[in-house]
Amino acid sequence: MQYLCQLDDIVPNTGVCALYKDKQIAVFRLADNRIFALDNYDPFSQANVLSRGILGDLDNQVVVASPIHKQHFNLESGQCLEDEKIKLTSYAVIIKEGAVYL
Amino acid sequence: MKKRLIVVGHGMVGHHFVCQAITLGLTEQYQITVLSAEPRPAYDRVQLTRYFDTLNAQDLNLVDTDIYSEKNIQLLLNTPVTAIDREQKQVHTEQDIFDFDILILATGSYPFVPNVPGHQDPRCFVYRTIEDLDAIIAAAKTSQVGVVVGGGLLGLEAAKALTTLGLNTHVVEFAPQLMAVQIDAQGGDLLRKKIEALNVKVHTQKNTQCIEPGIEHPLRMKFGEDQFLEADLIVFSAGIRPQDQLAKTCGLTLGERGGIRINDYCQTSDPTIYAIGECALWQNRIFGLVAPGYQMATIAAQHLSGVENKKFEGADMSTKLKLMGVDVGSIGDAHGRAPDSQHIFYQNPQKGIYKKLVTSVDGKQLLGAVLIGDTTDYSNLLQLYLNNMTLPEEPEGLILPSLSGKNNALGVAALPDTAQICSCYNVNKATLCSAVREGAHSLTDIKNCTSASTGCGGCTQLVKDIMQHELKQLGITVNNHLCSHFSYTRQELYHLIRVEELKTFDQVIAQHGRGLGCDICKPTVASILASCWNDYILKTEHAGLQDSNDYFLGNIQKDGSYSVVPRVPGGEITPDKLIVLGEVAKQFNLYTKITGGQRVDLFGARVEQLPAIWRMLVDAGFETGHAYGKAVRTVKSCVGSTWCRYGVDDSVGLAIEVENRYKGLRSPHKIKMAVSGCTRECAEAQSKDVGVIATEHGWNLYVCGNGGMRPRHADLLASDLDKETLIRYVDRFLMFYIRTADRLQRTSVWLEKLEGGLDYLRKVIIDDSLGLAAQLETEMANIIGTYQCEWKTTIEDPIRLKRFTHFVNSKRSDDNIVFVQERQQIRPATQTEKAQLSSLEV
Repeated sequence: MQYLCQLDDIVPNTGVCALYKDKQIAVFRLADNRIFALDNYDPFSQANVLSRGILGDLDNQVVVASPIHKQHFNLESGQCLEDEKIKLTSYAVIIKEGAVYL
Repeated sequence: MKKRLIVVGHGMVGHHFVCQAITLGLTEQYQITVLSAEPRPAYDRVQLTRYFDTLNAQDLNLVDTDIYSEKNIQLLLNTPVTAIDREQKQVHTEQDIFDFDILILATGSYPFVPNVPGHQDPRCFVYRTIEDLDAIIAAAKTSQVGVVVGGGLLGLEAAKALTTLGLNTHVVEFAPQLMAVQIDAQGGDLLRKKIEALNVKVHTQKNTQCIEPGIEHPLRMKFGEDQFLEADLIVFSAGIRPQDQLAKTCGLTLGERGGIRINDYCQTSDPTIYAIGECALWQNRIFGLVAPGYQMATIAAQHLSGVENKKFEGADMSTKLKLMGVDVGSIGDAHGRAPDSQHIFYQNPQKGIYKKLVTSVDGKQLLGAVLIGDTTDYSNLLQLYLNNMTLPEEPEGLILPSLSGKNNALGVAALPDTAQICSCYNVNKATLCSAVREGAHSLTDIKNCTSASTGCGGCTQLVKDIMQHELKQLGITVNNHLCSHFSYTRQELYHLIRVEELKTFDQVIAQHGRGLGCDICKPTVASILASCWNDYILKTEHAGLQDSNDYFLGNIQKDGSYSVVPRVPGGEITPDKLIVLGEVAKQFNLYTKITGGQRVDLFGARVEQLPAIWRMLVDAGFETGHAYGKAVRTVKSCVGSTWCRYGVDDSVGLAIEVENRYKGLRSPHKIKMAVSGCTRECAEAQSKDVGVIATEHGWNLYVCGNGGMRPRHADLLASDLDKETLIRYVDRFLMFYIRTADRLQRTSVWLEKLEGGLDYLRKVIIDDSLGLAAQLETEMANIIGTYQCEWKTTIEDPIRLKRFTHFVNSKRSDDNIVFVQERQQIRPATQTEKAQLSSLEV
């Protein structure tokens, strides 16, 4: 378990990118303080940008939209909604006393 | 006690039968058990070749095992049936005996391998299951040359697979042409040329006599005297044979050449035993496609449930497919075997297109067709054929390229209700239309309630056309709701926000929407809120609504870096300020380019550099240029009467005034403007959303022009205006556009969609026909009065500055943003360059 940041470091309904063992992890916070973590790397644009995407829900799934070309990824599973062959790694996040751990 | 129903075989058709049984409620009367010899549940064999893309068998899976267990259906894999005892009504497997009341045989078929001496060599394969593919993949690793025996549909699929595996690929066919069943000789020739162009060698009229050890490769196929071909592996794909062994040994009636005989309800000679799919023989025909197999499964299930007495009536074997990137279509009597049939050809060797129509002797009915290289006419021709419709006077128009731009296709209105639209799930036009009438108004809804276009997907466009036509018939306008979270148009939402004075997205979605929102409604509402109340957009309650561009106040580029565009009103800039731009670019190593809007774009800024860059720019008196926002961008100008010997008025002065007036105004899409100092129009004002041209008597105001993808010349809204009137009209025009346009709709498209067009717009803006003018002007005054430079605000706010780091927990930069030099400046490295650079570092 590694400490990433304080919960308050993430503005509600946005994401941040955290460094975890040399990997870039996008950590998202919904308004109800649910936290999700996925790869920050967008396989479509090949850029590390997913933490900067807009959060929302589509077809009853919580998703982030890539800021480059708007593909959607399920925050829980990492599954891409537009291309069933693409799935990001999702990570388990723990919140303890206002701090975010992976 | 429930009766016992056993399904033998869990391929696509066996699985489809189970699905139909569930839908029809057969699980209430029957305890269903499925016995399958295969190691995995049913998968999509039609798409088998896709397995090479991902090597993930799960991608082809068709079965939701939860539904099976929910309905208490037992699925036993790796359980081949060894015998059927009709007297005892029992099925034997190696370990068990199962009693049955009803037995469904869905045993499918097996690949036919000609009895050539040597075909048992372990380097000979067939192409039917995932296990076959795994074996071929393993063998290909140590092979250079692969041969496919069989130039039919499946053979060419297999050839594609071998080329994907990097093998030098040959196709050997007994007949004189490829796909001899589906297409004629001429079509076969063209197909051959196209496939040979893809580096597959085709050998026709070759009969393999034996397979022996070779000299250069392990296998040698001998065709005749001195004729041979050597290979490392051979794939047999020479057709299929029904898997009827079990039926034979238990004494069911078979056809002379195999296949389990069935009646119109798919019952075999024993009425308690049904046969469906490729193992079944109906009127001496085997159907080797999935759609007829599905139909048989449905008919058998319906017959058992007693709800309907539909009969199997045979199936159309027309096909459309893409073979190794080559489009091929075949309909009905493709060879024109009917006596006296007439043939019409179109051939374009340049484009590699061949089309043939086969019509009745009077030219009124379509009997068949062949399409190679272009199958866009397929759906249309198939409907004409299936429904026996009367052909147009000049049927050649159906396959000729439409030179006049006229569409030769028949409209969906002409199709009879019985026209089969989706052949995979046997859905006709009437079913689709009644689904639309019962409330299915989107393609997703139609798919859910009719299953149409959920199989091969080939009918999707036709289904959509029928849906839209039916909606129109019903007088239903297709909904233009913003997204699934709001059942309003942007205009309606704007009105609600304005009238109810809603200030945050949370309020808007709580009162008028549902769910969390998405990347469509969030930026739209953010834009409306900004147009109405002009709040600082990075406030905590607005932050999550903004596109990445607005969130970081820069334009995100393909590699995740940002570009920076300071405002240069009217394109006028002092040498000192120009030097500052150069200094900033040098200090942060940015790529610089002059934009079309008369300013300078600085590229390659990392997110963590943005505040320092803007600190320098703001200190030098620059403001943000809003290049990242759906907002007023630039007001371009020519140099005007101050310097120009033709100039009539001070275009630069007016452009600066206009740009400073409207800077920061957020709108449904970007807004560009220009002012020209005379009719020579050097500022190209007539290609802008708002264009102003100086005249001898004042200013002419043009609106709704556009350059870009869909150029549109602006319309003259009013002439010879004094400056005050001009500004008043522009105020009204912009606010009216912001109020009524759709999301991401430029003024040009907006005007084209506006009912009443330019005349109506003139009445609203100039004659104040809606009594709105004063309100629009007040709203604009409020925006102008609350302007702030977002970057100035941001760099003075430590809380907002926190977000300008790449990592929340590290000061490091994104190491995936890498630049190389080109023409003395930086540019993003390509993936190859990145790989090379990182290997150098190690």
